[in-house]
Amino acid sequence: MRKTLGLAALTAALACSGANAQQVSVKIGVLSDMSSLYADIGGPGSVVAAKMAIADFTKANPNVKVELISGDHQNKPDVGSQLANQWYDVDKVDLIIDTPNSGVAFAVSQITATKNKVFVVSGAAASDLTGPKCNANTVHWTYDTWMLANGTGKALVKTGGDSWFFLTADYAFGHALERDTAAAVEKNGGKVLGKVRHPLNTNDFSSFLLQAQASKAKIIGLANAGGDTINAIKAGAEFGIVKGGQKFAGLLVFASDVAALGLPTAQGLTLTETWYWDMNDANRAWTKRWQQERAGKFPTMVQAGVYSGLTHYLKAVTALKSAADGKAVVAQMKTTPTDDPLFGKGTIRADGRKLHPAYLLEVKAPSESKYPGDFYNVKATIPADEAFRPLKEGSCPLVSG
Amino acid sequence: MEHVVDPLATKPSALRGQSETIFFVVMVVGLVVAPFVTYPLFLMQAMCFALFACAFNLLIGYVGLLSFGHALYFGWASYLSAHSAKVWGFPPEFAILTGTATAAVLGLLAGSLAIRRQGIYFAMITLALAQMMYFFALQAKFTGGEDGIQAVPRGYLFGVIDLKNEIAMYVVVLVVFLAGFLFIYRIIHSPFGEVLKAIRENEQRAISLGYKTDRYKLVAFVLSTTLAGLAGATKAIVLQLASLTDVNWPMSGEVVLMTLVGGLGTIFGPVVGSFVILVMQYKLSIVGEWVLVIQGMIFVACVLLFRRGIVGEIANWLRLRL
Amino acid sequence: MFEIFGVPSNALFGQLLIGLINGSFYALLSLGLAVIFGMLNIINFSHGAQYMLGAFVAYLLLQYSGLGYWPALIVAPILVGITGMIVERLMLRWLYKLDHLYGLLLTFGLALIFEGVTRNYFGSAGLPYTVPDSLQGGRNLGFMFLPNYRAWVIVASLTICFGTWFVIERTRLGAYLRAATENPTLVRAFGINVPRMITLTYGFGVALAAFAGVMAAPIYNVSPQMGSELIIVVFAVVVIGGMGSILGAIVTGFGLGVVEGLTKVFFPEASNTVIFVVMAIVLLVRPAGLFGRRA
Repeated sequence: MRKTLGLAALTAALACSGANAQQVSVKIGVLSDMSSLYADIGGPGSVVAAKMAIADFTKANPNVKVELISGDHQNKPDVGSQLANQWYDVDKVDLIIDTPNSGVAFAVSQITATKNKVFVVSGAAASDLTGPKCNANTVHWTYDTWMLANGTGKALVKTGGDSWFFLTADYAFGHALERDTAAAVEKNGGKVLGKVRHPLNTNDFSSFLLQAQASKAKIIGLANAGGDTINAIKAGAEFGIVKGGQKFAGLLVFASDVAALGLPTAQGLTLTETWYWDMNDANRAWTKRWQQERAGKFPTMVQAGVYSGLTHYLKAVTALKSAADGKAVVAQMKTTPTDDPLFGKGTIRADGRKLHPAYLLEVKAPSESKYPGDFYNVKATIPADEAFRPLKEGSCPLVSG
Repeated sequence: MEHVVDPLATKPSALRGQSETIFFVVMVVGLVVAPFVTYPLFLMQAMCFALFACAFNLLIGYVGLLSFGHALYFGWASYLSAHSAKVWGFPPEFAILTGTATAAVLGLLAGSLAIRRQGIYFAMITLALAQMMYFFALQAKFTGGEDGIQAVPRGYLFGVIDLKNEIAMYVVVLVVFLAGFLFIYRIIHSPFGEVLKAIRENEQRAISLGYKTDRYKLVAFVLSTTLAGLAGATKAIVLQLASLTDVNWPMSGEVVLMTLVGGLGTIFGPVVGSFVILVMQYKLSIVGEWVLVIQGMIFVACVLLFRRGIVGEIANWLRLRL
Repeated sequence: MFEIFGVPSNALFGQLLIGLINGSFYALLSLGLAVIFGMLNIINFSHGAQYMLGAFVAYLLLQYSGLGYWPALIVAPILVGITGMIVERLMLRWLYKLDHLYGLLLTFGLALIFEGVTRNYFGSAGLPYTVPDSLQGGRNLGFMFLPNYRAWVIVASLTICFGTWFVIERTRLGAYLRAATENPTLVRAFGINVPRMITLTYGFGVALAAFAGVMAAPIYNVSPQMGSELIIVVFAVVVIGGMGSILGAIVTGFGLGVVEGLTKVFFPEASNTVIFVVMAIVLLVRPAGLFGRRA
């Protein structure tokens, strides 16, 4: 919703009648998928997270005035481009944040660089955003495909899942996920026994699962997302995949997908995320606040990333006293270490990649789940310096050598 | 196929001959002045879609053929235009020509398959072909799949005019749009156009008069797809982007919606309809969740109450031809 | 085991069986569409959305009134069928004198509304729904493991398909209906309430869609977009079968399942395009479809 955060201005006016020497004004745009596939992963929940970040920050820094708008890119790169252009040119937005859907993120990243604003990506996955397509105005928060592939792939091989069969969505994203995970599996001593490519938005996975069963691989890697992953796992439950001794590895799974499957069907599924609402007290407290506006739902790592990324951006802008020069703000974000209640301490690298630990999670059985939202057991923690692709391997033009 | 509602059902008024000219002048003046009050990028996109809708309307409004897969030509022209500009380094005018030519060829192939059938079967074949090409676009390397072709250079028109300059780009788009529009006008008001209308009214009688209706329909089909391709190719240069959205069937549905809202079978209807729908989409992108529902309600309202569309209703009320 | 084209025969038989199962599902889904077009000449583009509503109603029945799968199989189609009848009464009725195009556009608009509203209230990820306990598990057939639920799908689908075909083609009620479509005035003169028959028929077609939706809920993701993903395939099935023909839709549905199943083995990436290729070929060779009456 288009809402002006006048509340921040009011707080500023009331709190510091004398100290209004350095008013910093900033305008933020949350560009997300509000109405279709990724609406539960980012969407209105991201807007809520952004509002919370603004409220918390302006409470501690009353001289900062922050305005917030939001928009729906509908998963279309042209709609996203048009909104980004309009927001930067006409509405004078300084920062765009969130943007699930890598196609839209690439487009917006390009536009942001041309107009010298700032783009903090929380929702999109493509690791190329800090690779060949990196630029000095974009910061990639939360997660990326390399981290997912390596987190799940490596961790599973190390715990005995050393033979894999891939179910891959037949488009660029699926191929990339499969390629990265296969590389991680083989690097750590595992074997890829086979793969099958299915069309995007396939309803019925029975015939593909039959092939997976026949391969006798210990792990069935799901190099797909959203509805495809859900349908594959649901069919897997019917065909007794897990009972037959094989396990599913979800390469891009969110808490909202687990909720859609229900624990009886999803139990045992292994996945990697960088934030889970029930991991510690700080996360739980934040979630309770978030749920005041999103009752009955649980925040995803993407939404937590919006809170965290926005907080860090505001810190950088306050230090520089201006949001005008995008490159300068991002440079400031890279030199300042990050610290917030959700992701803890971390850093942003030269290529724009934010570093924080990743967690290998396993979906609980229904008997282990004590309350709504109690989805995961944390199986392992991957430290920040191992979780993401090494700086030198990215081919980002900003990184010399 | 039984014909669609003719907006000029009752006796026309005396102003008829000049009404179209007057409205045309109003439209041109409006488009020349608009970039000074509204965001030019939005207007350029709107003009591309308006041309697309006009091309679609040529087929449904004047020949009576509902093509359910028009996004095929729009989208693939857009891909080829983007690819030739970005990878082959074509200057913008050649990129647009490449895109348009692609659409013409695809239209010829599709048309020769589809024209033999009528009504719903025709629509279904066009839909089937569009879906096949959508899946091809999804998997082909050069289209960039889900990401599309991005960062398409605007280039230098004729080697000298820098199209990164918004004014220059705007003039180019305006010229393309008006040229396409006038071309369609000329087709409709020509002997060829009269035969098309005869085919729409009663194909059997046209055949009995000696006209090879299949050939006329095919020509009309190819013209429609070529112009749709021109719109798509131009759009790729303007927005510097070609994506899967452009070839997917909801896009085909949108052009139907634009034409319906504006007025099927009217000359200015598609233009008005496309502007209205685009404005609605951008205003609503702020309230994202309800876009789909509101589009659906507009469809329903138009079909039940508002069949002539905006321009059709105005024309009917003033008893003019628009 | 011996090999056929490089695929072990075990695997092939397993895929064929799965293809048949999917085919029975397609047949069930296309049945309602074929009834509505065949009997009423309405192109019901909201069929996919009504299928989705069937699945959602099944979920809601479970959540809020504890009605499980078996009662939902009857209750959900009735509820959704009633909404279909309301739509017909209030909206479709006005369009019969006009071009088919308008019916198509109206139902297309309705599909957008159903999908949009459902998504706003339930989100897009989907809702959980599991296979009922009585149908859990499966048996090992030697060449594959067949879940009991899938066996049930074939049985239910064959029953409903045959039942519908029989009623329409072989009973007096069906005869009245077919007559009413061809010559409503004459049939009305016989004292038969034609408008009511039309309303009930549309409701029945919609109920069939919802029934397929309930059958789908345990095995496919219950999401607002589940219908729009299938609708084009279903249309293709009906067109190939011949738009006036119930038998055509049933046979084509099963046939498509098998063809798709085979494609998934030999050329999986193309498994969702094969239907369109088949459709284009059939329409060129037999323009009215395989079993169609009108040329």
